[in-house]
Amino acid sequence: MTKNTVAEEAARPRERHPQDDGEFYLMANTAISILFDGVSYAMFLFIVSVGLSVTMGLMGFVNLAHGAFAMAGGYLVVTATQSWGLPFPLALIIAAVTIGAISILFERTLYAGLYGASELDQVLMTIGLTFMVIAAITYFYGPLPEHVRVPDYLTGEINLGFRSFPTYRVFIILIGVVLIAVLYGFERTSLGAKIRAAVDNARMAQSIGIDVARLFRISFALGSGLAALGGGLAIQLFGLTPSFAILYLVFFLLVVAVGGSGTLWDTLIAALVLGICDTAGKYLYADAGGFFIYAVAVAILLIKPAGLYGRG
Amino acid sequence: MAADSLAPAADAALPQARERAARFLAARHRLRPIEALPWLVALAAFFIFPDRMMLGSQALIMILFALSLDLILGFAGIVTLGHAAFFGIGAYTAGLLITRLQWTEPVTGLLCAAACAAFGGVLSGWILLRYRGLALLVLVLTLATTIVLQEVGNLIPDFTGGYDGIPGVVPASLLGTFEYDLYGHTYYLYALAVLFLLFFLVRRIVYSPFGSALAGIRENVARMHALGSPVHGRLVTAYAIVGVAGALFAQTNGFVTLGVFDFERSAGVMVMLILGGTSWLYGAFIGAVLYMVLENRLSAVSPEFWQFGLGFVLVAGVLLIRRPRWDWMGLWRKVRAQ
Repeated sequence: MTKNTVAEEAARPRERHPQDDGEFYLMANTAISILFDGVSYAMFLFIVSVGLSVTMGLMGFVNLAHGAFAMAGGYLVVTATQSWGLPFPLALIIAAVTIGAISILFERTLYAGLYGASELDQVLMTIGLTFMVIAAITYFYGPLPEHVRVPDYLTGEINLGFRSFPTYRVFIILIGVVLIAVLYGFERTSLGAKIRAAVDNARMAQSIGIDVARLFRISFALGSGLAALGGGLAIQLFGLTPSFAILYLVFFLLVVAVGGSGTLWDTLIAALVLGICDTAGKYLYADAGGFFIYAVAVAILLIKPAGLYGRG
Repeated sequence: MAADSLAPAADAALPQARERAARFLAARHRLRPIEALPWLVALAAFFIFPDRMMLGSQALIMILFALSLDLILGFAGIVTLGHAAFFGIGAYTAGLLITRLQWTEPVTGLLCAAACAAFGGVLSGWILLRYRGLALLVLVLTLATTIVLQEVGNLIPDFTGGYDGIPGVVPASLLGTFEYDLYGHTYYLYALAVLFLLFFLVRRIVYSPFGSALAGIRENVARMHALGSPVHGRLVTAYAIVGVAGALFAQTNGFVTLGVFDFERSAGVMVMLILGGTSWLYGAFIGAVLYMVLENRLSAVSPEFWQFGLGFVLVAGVLLIRRPRWDWMGLWRKVRAQ
C-alpha cells in the first residue's frame, strides 16, 4: 500500500456505515422487516379470505368450513408434490381447481338448502362439515405436521438492491398482486359488476333480474379455490396440521368482519391492517405479540361494528 | 265485527281471558310427574354403575354446561362459538383457588367460580348484545375471546401452569364431612345436588318474567331495551351457571388444563344442545347423555371416527331434521295412510 493511498484514505470523509447510527438503522430495518413480512402475511390472509368475504356479502352465509377448504387445498399440494412428484406451482393450481370443483358439489348438496336459514343452522352445518374434513384428513395423513418441498428458485433470499428478502415471501406477495390485478379486471366484467351489485344490495339485484344464487355459486367456487391456493402457500410458512382448519379460521373471519362490506378493496385493506399489526406485535413483543391482532381487530369492531366499510 | 260492538265484547271477555292466561301460565310451569324421571335415572345410575361414577359426574357437568348454553342460545338466541370461555373461567377459578390460594372448601369455590364467570358474562354481554344482529361479529368475537383466554393462560405459566395446566386440584371434604373418594362417588352426588338446585333455579327462571325477558331478547333485542328490560343483567345467571359447571369439572377431575378453552368444547356443547333440542330445558339432559354415549362408542373405534361421526351428525341433523328439504311428517302420514 503506497503512502499516497493511505493519505487519501485518511483524508476521505469516512463512509457513513449503517452500523454507526445503530439505533436508527435497526429501527428502519425492523420497520422494513415488519412491513415486508406483514404484507406477505396479509397477502396470504387476502387470498384465503376474499372469497369468504364475497359469499358473506352476497348471501350473509356464515361459512365456517372455509378454513377446512384451505386446509384441504394444503394437503392436496402435499400429496401432489410428494406422491405424484409434480412441481410446486402446478400443485398449487391443481389444488385450487380441484377444491373449487369439489366445493361446487358441496354447494349443491349441502349449502343450497340453507340460504336464508338461521345463522345457527348455517353455523352447525359448516362446523359439522369442518369436523368431517378434519377427521378424514387426520385419518389419511395423521396428526403430525406436513411439510412441502418448494423448488430451489423459491428458497433462499432475493436481493432487491437495498437489502435482501426471503424469496418465498416475495413469491406470495407477487401472487397476491397478480390476484388483485386479475380480480380488479374481473370486477369490470359484466359478471363482476353483477356480483358487486348483489353484494351491495342482494334484494335489489334479485329484483332487477340478477340470479343471486348463481352468483353465490360462482363466487363460492372461486373463493374455495383461492382458499385452497392460500392453504397450499401457507404450508411453507406455518406448516400444516389438521388443526389448521380451526386455528386460522378466526383470522379469516376477522378479516371479513373488519373489512365488512364484501368488496375487493375493503377485504384487501382489512387483510393489510391485520397482517401488518399481527407481524408488528410478534416482532416487537415476542411473548404477548400474538394478542396484538385481536386487540386491533376488537378495537376496530367496537368502533365500527359492521367493519371498516360496512353499513349498519 | 263492527268497531262499536268490539269494545263491550272485549270488556266482557277480559276477566275470562285473564283467567285463561293465568291458567295457561300456571299449567305451563306446573311440575309434571314425568319430570322426576331424569333424577330417578341419575340416582339409579349411582347404584347400578358404582364403578362408572367419574363418567357419571362428567355427564352431570356436561348437562349443566349445556343447560347454561340453552339459556344463552335457546332462550336469548345468541349464537356463540365461545361458550367454553366461561366454562374455562369457572374451571380455572376453582383450580387456582385450591392450588394457589389454598382455599380448598369446594362449595365456596363454586360460588367464586360463578361470580368470576358472571363477571366475564357481563363484559361480554355488554359487547355482544349490542351487536346481536351482526351474526359474523358475534361469532368472531366469541371465538376470539376463547383463543385470547387460552393464550393468556399460556402467557403466564407461573400462575396458570401454562399448557400443562394445574394438577392437584384436590378440594377439602365436602361440607366438612364427605371425603373425596377415588371412585368419584361423593362427587357424583355432589354434582347431582348442584345440578338439581341449579336446574330448578333455571326452571323457575325461564317460566318467570325473567324467562319471558330472555325470549324477548331472542326475538327482538332492540325492543327489549326500549321496554326498559335489564337485558345485560339478566343473562348473567346463565354465565354464573356455566362457571359452576367449569368449577365442578376442575374439582371432580382434580386438574385443569388449557384444553378447557378448546374450540371443540364450545362446539361440543352446542352439539349436545342441538341433539337434545333447544329451549325446553330437558334438551340439555338428553343431548349431553346422548353425546357422551356417542363419544364413548365412536372414540373406542378411533378418535377420527368420533370426530367424523360428530360432524356427520351435525350436517345430517341440520339438513334432514332442522331444515328438511323433504317433508318427513308428510311422508310419514302418507306411509301410515297406506
